[in-house]
Amino acid sequence: MATTTITKTEKLVGKAMRRQEDPRLITGSATYVDDIQMPGMLHACILRSPHGAANIKSVDIAAALAHPGVAAVYVGKDTEKVGPVPCGASLPGLRVPHHYVLAIDRVYFIGHPVAVVVATDKYIARDAVDLIEVEYETLQAVTDPEKAIGPGAPPVHPEWPDNVAFNYHQEGGDVDTAFAQAEVVVKQRITSQRLIPSSMETRGVVADYNTGDKALTIWSSTQIPHLMRTLVAQMLGAPEHKVRVVTPEVGGGFGSKLNVYAEEALMGFVAMKLGQPVKWIESRRENCMCTIHGRGHVDYFEVAAKKDGTILGIKLKLIQDLGAYHQLLTPAIPTLSVLMMPGLYRCQNVRADIVGAFTNAVPTDAYRGAGRPEATHGIERMVDILAAELKMDPAEIRLKNFIHNDEFPYATGTGLSYDSGNYAAPLHKAMDLIDYHNLREEQRQARSQGRLMGIGLSTYGEICAFGPSPATPAGGWESATVKIEPSGMVTVMTGSSPHGQGEETTFAQITADELGVGIDDVIVLHGDTAIVQYGIGTFGSRGTAVGGTAVYFALQELKKKIKKYGAMLLESEEVSFSDGVCVDHKTGKSVTLAEIAGASHRAMKLPPGTQPGMVETYFWEPPNFAFPFGAHAVVTEVNRETGDIEIKRYVAVDDCGNIINPLIVAGQVHGGVVQGLGQALWEQAVYDDNGQLITGEFMDYAIPRASMIPWIETEHTVTPSPVNPLGVKGVGEAGTIGCSPAVVNSVVDALSTLGVRHIDMPMTPEKIWNLMEGARA
Amino acid sequence: MISQQFEYSAPATLQEALDLLANEGAKPLAGGMSLIPMMKLRLAAPEQLIDIGRLRELNYIRREGEQMHIGAGTTHWDVESSPIVRAHCPLLSETVSNIGDIQVRNRGTIGGSAAHADPSADYPAAFCALEAQFKLVKKGGERVVGASDFFVDMLTTALESGEIIAEVIVPVEQRGTGVSYQKCVQPASGFAIVGVAVRVSSEFVRIGVTGLGAKAYRATNAEEIYTSTHDAAKAAAVVADGADSNSDIHASASYRKHLARIYTQRALKEAASRMG
Amino acid sequence: MQTTIHVTINGKKRSDTVEPRLLLIHYLRETVGLTGPHIGCETSICGACTVNVDGKAIKSCAMFAVQANGCDVLTIEGLARDGKLDPMQQAFWNEHGLQCGFCTPGMIMTAKQILERNPHPTEAEIRDGLGGNLCRCTGYQHIVNAVKAVAAGKGA
Repeated sequence: MATTTITKTEKLVGKAMRRQEDPRLITGSATYVDDIQMPGMLHACILRSPHGAANIKSVDIAAALAHPGVAAVYVGKDTEKVGPVPCGASLPGLRVPHHYVLAIDRVYFIGHPVAVVVATDKYIARDAVDLIEVEYETLQAVTDPEKAIGPGAPPVHPEWPDNVAFNYHQEGGDVDTAFAQAEVVVKQRITSQRLIPSSMETRGVVADYNTGDKALTIWSSTQIPHLMRTLVAQMLGAPEHKVRVVTPEVGGGFGSKLNVYAEEALMGFVAMKLGQPVKWIESRRENCMCTIHGRGHVDYFEVAAKKDGTILGIKLKLIQDLGAYHQLLTPAIPTLSVLMMPGLYRCQNVRADIVGAFTNAVPTDAYRGAGRPEATHGIERMVDILAAELKMDPAEIRLKNFIHNDEFPYATGTGLSYDSGNYAAPLHKAMDLIDYHNLREEQRQARSQGRLMGIGLSTYGEICAFGPSPATPAGGWESATVKIEPSGMVTVMTGSSPHGQGEETTFAQITADELGVGIDDVIVLHGDTAIVQYGIGTFGSRGTAVGGTAVYFALQELKKKIKKYGAMLLESEEVSFSDGVCVDHKTGKSVTLAEIAGASHRAMKLPPGTQPGMVETYFWEPPNFAFPFGAHAVVTEVNRETGDIEIKRYVAVDDCGNIINPLIVAGQVHGGVVQGLGQALWEQAVYDDNGQLITGEFMDYAIPRASMIPWIETEHTVTPSPVNPLGVKGVGEAGTIGCSPAVVNSVVDALSTLGVRHIDMPMTPEKIWNLMEGARA
Repeated sequence: MISQQFEYSAPATLQEALDLLANEGAKPLAGGMSLIPMMKLRLAAPEQLIDIGRLRELNYIRREGEQMHIGAGTTHWDVESSPIVRAHCPLLSETVSNIGDIQVRNRGTIGGSAAHADPSADYPAAFCALEAQFKLVKKGGERVVGASDFFVDMLTTALESGEIIAEVIVPVEQRGTGVSYQKCVQPASGFAIVGVAVRVSSEFVRIGVTGLGAKAYRATNAEEIYTSTHDAAKAAAVVADGADSNSDIHASASYRKHLARIYTQRALKEAASRMG
Repeated sequence: MQTTIHVTINGKKRSDTVEPRLLLIHYLRETVGLTGPHIGCETSICGACTVNVDGKAIKSCAMFAVQANGCDVLTIEGLARDGKLDPMQQAFWNEHGLQCGFCTPGMIMTAKQILERNPHPTEAEIRDGLGGNLCRCTGYQHIVNAVKAVAAGKGA
């Protein structure tokens, strides 16, 4: 039997290490949902609404049912008792439409599921879908959220003709006085367009029902296996302990898999009805139409300031495009924007009013950043607009308004407590890296040659490490179990359910350091509710800050037990444990972790009051969020002929607290920045007036390609978080949050000589060209 | 993402293929880069596919005198990597390297691209500028059609039922001719929002435009102005005149026309700089 | 309406009877059991399904299995030999060229083709060459580094 032979002193935390999870991924031996094959497995294909809004007059499934190979066809009436699809967010007065898993008599958005065909083969299932005849009475649709809440709009839900799902108000300080005392007030309408998250793996579900055990197993590509288990059990009326959710390899989520969808319950329903396993894999078109979208804001900002640039007050009217339903967190997302609306600035006087608007579109929900990119984009645009108004340098106005280093923890006007910060540091670093002051000189020269060169900054902050349980809908803690096997090998089970973030590596780094074992002596398991204790999941940049911290605390508990066994074996009163060895310093005798682990399992003798075995579980409740921050600096040049934007340099300086693995952090920043660039420059979910999704495929929805993006220069400052003992803050969303305002600020700066003050995203060449044409006219 | 059922034949010879294509409902399958995605989205549902993609008879690149003969089944990569094409028809080399991506160029064929007549495809711009000839064959018949007659409308060509492209014929470029293909890329699909192919020498100028309208066309009015003025800007200014411009979420009609003018100017200038 | 095809896959010959409309990707994943290549879209944009057929990287979701009759197919599963990773696989690992891993098998197959045709590409040539493969996680930078590393002989 192999035992842990490596005892080491080299610390792995902080080291750029290649990932433990990669060998299976680079060899094609990983198992994603669609890779699961089971004997007798059936395949489901869903008939979806081709209309944005319509009444269903009739559904004729006879021909589909008669098609050879078809096992069953279900329509809305069959699944009436399943569900509803859950909304976990609660707001005062929130209107929650009943969200059936299959539409019954009305469809509310294109792609709305109407019927499901189950067949022996997915080709047959697809053929049979075409044999279902649905008679629709089409209705007028509305997809623009401002139009939806305006006069004369068609009602999305007839019971609520104003299309308002909720109104939400939050206020801090004394906004009216701040605006009354202002020497300058700047106002701007700023949109944050609907985006399609577009994980490369679409969603997928396999469900299998054991008729003897009356036990249901669901394999789903999700970020939240345990919450899904609880919620799907509710939706199906199944006892929770007989529902098991397994997340195999997950091909990206970005928030879109932080949800429970109709299809998970629907497949569970089918498996229970038929007693056979069933698989449903979402097509890309379905993913574009039916998996949640992100963003969807129309924001009206007002900022009051003194002439010296001191920000006095901020007002925000936010119209959130909700879509037709609430998915898990839909209405909560814009409230996160409100929390972050003051950004990094010392402004206590804030007022926000949100109107949640129903539209005939797929629901919006969490997409990388989830509310914070919108807030950051807004405040960082407004600060630049204010700087322009006051003819101040954008860096200077930021430095003037930053919360000071000695003010942390800092209580914001929106009720948060920023944990730690040194906001000027990354800004200075970014400016040094990009050579800001010389760039301004270069810009003057470029302008004198008629070139449109821009320099843009953003200084972002974000709420990460979600989060204290009272502030989250379903518990904000995370769990970890660490076991030392009899051989001394280490198994970590985390309630986080990573899908690309590299937690199998970073958690193993933490574990290896604490136990003094090699990284290959540690395995990190996750994503199976039958194996792993209840957990919350991976989202909101919480993996390491909350999940990693739970691992850390479980290890501390385990080390106490190790020392008890070590003392017993060494017949000593007091021993120390480090680098995988317990030592009695008086005698110099020592015992290894493997020997201790073996002894604890054989249990020939137990330390007083100690159980056999070597397992500890820890549920960690974070006392606060963590608040990463940073500064991005971008140089752009606009082509006068075409409106094309060239990004000439991109610098990202992030402060995510302590760094466990710099290689992984860099990867997170790169990926985040590129999703931010996608929003700034290309991506947009476009519905037409009938509710048709124009960007329903990658042929029209522009995911950035390698050739479209610049080299990203990354750097860090390190301000540890006091919230957790690892001092980490979170980095998964930082790149996205910092990116879009920096890019837009840069392009607005480039066009400022033409009188351009603001540009909404995506900044397509045509939009830029129109602005230039307008300036020429 | 699953096509409807069809019958499949892989004939061993061109003649056999033409016999099969004479059946009603039969459609040729070459690289499949356009047809297969359409079938998967169920926007096309041929009853019978005749696989001409493996016919060696359609896969060749030959120089014969002052003409290049390229078999319709020649893949984009084979054209792109052909030293003969690079030496004698550099406009094709340049244009083809702009199509799709490596994988698409490995499968897609010159005949397939022409026959699909996508209004945003790259090749047709070059075909127009090169005044390419298409040798069309069907059971018991053969004819040659010029590019300007071949492209009829959006996704519509002069091909008759049962007829396929056998060969694309383009001129061997003479010394002193400069060429250029300039493309504005649709960021999602990689197709051309507009693409302009130019050949210019002291004797002549040819301008082919794709992406702007329902079909690729030769901009003869712009050619005439360039011939008389040698002014790229003046020539480019009229390139979109009279065009019924496409409009979609990626570019409105007026912006597309503007882009056509800009890219024509760029292509003319670059081609002129390469006249050597 | 079934057709028998004979294919060599990762060096092994096999024959199967397939429906003409069966896509090569479904044939590989479901008939042969090679689930390394993935399906990310249906319009041959994303490249997750990229495999190598007769020496050429192709998108196996835009090809029918019958079209591969008589061909030599190489998938991600066929790259490592005797437990030794292909240099491109090794470089993706070393350089952190993947996160969720879904695009990775296709990405690696294309990256190999880039270097087969151009052993010393510029960064722009690498990025252009990867145009048929979408990645939503990495921002491509570490993928570019991986290809550069192999070109510089550092993949092993």
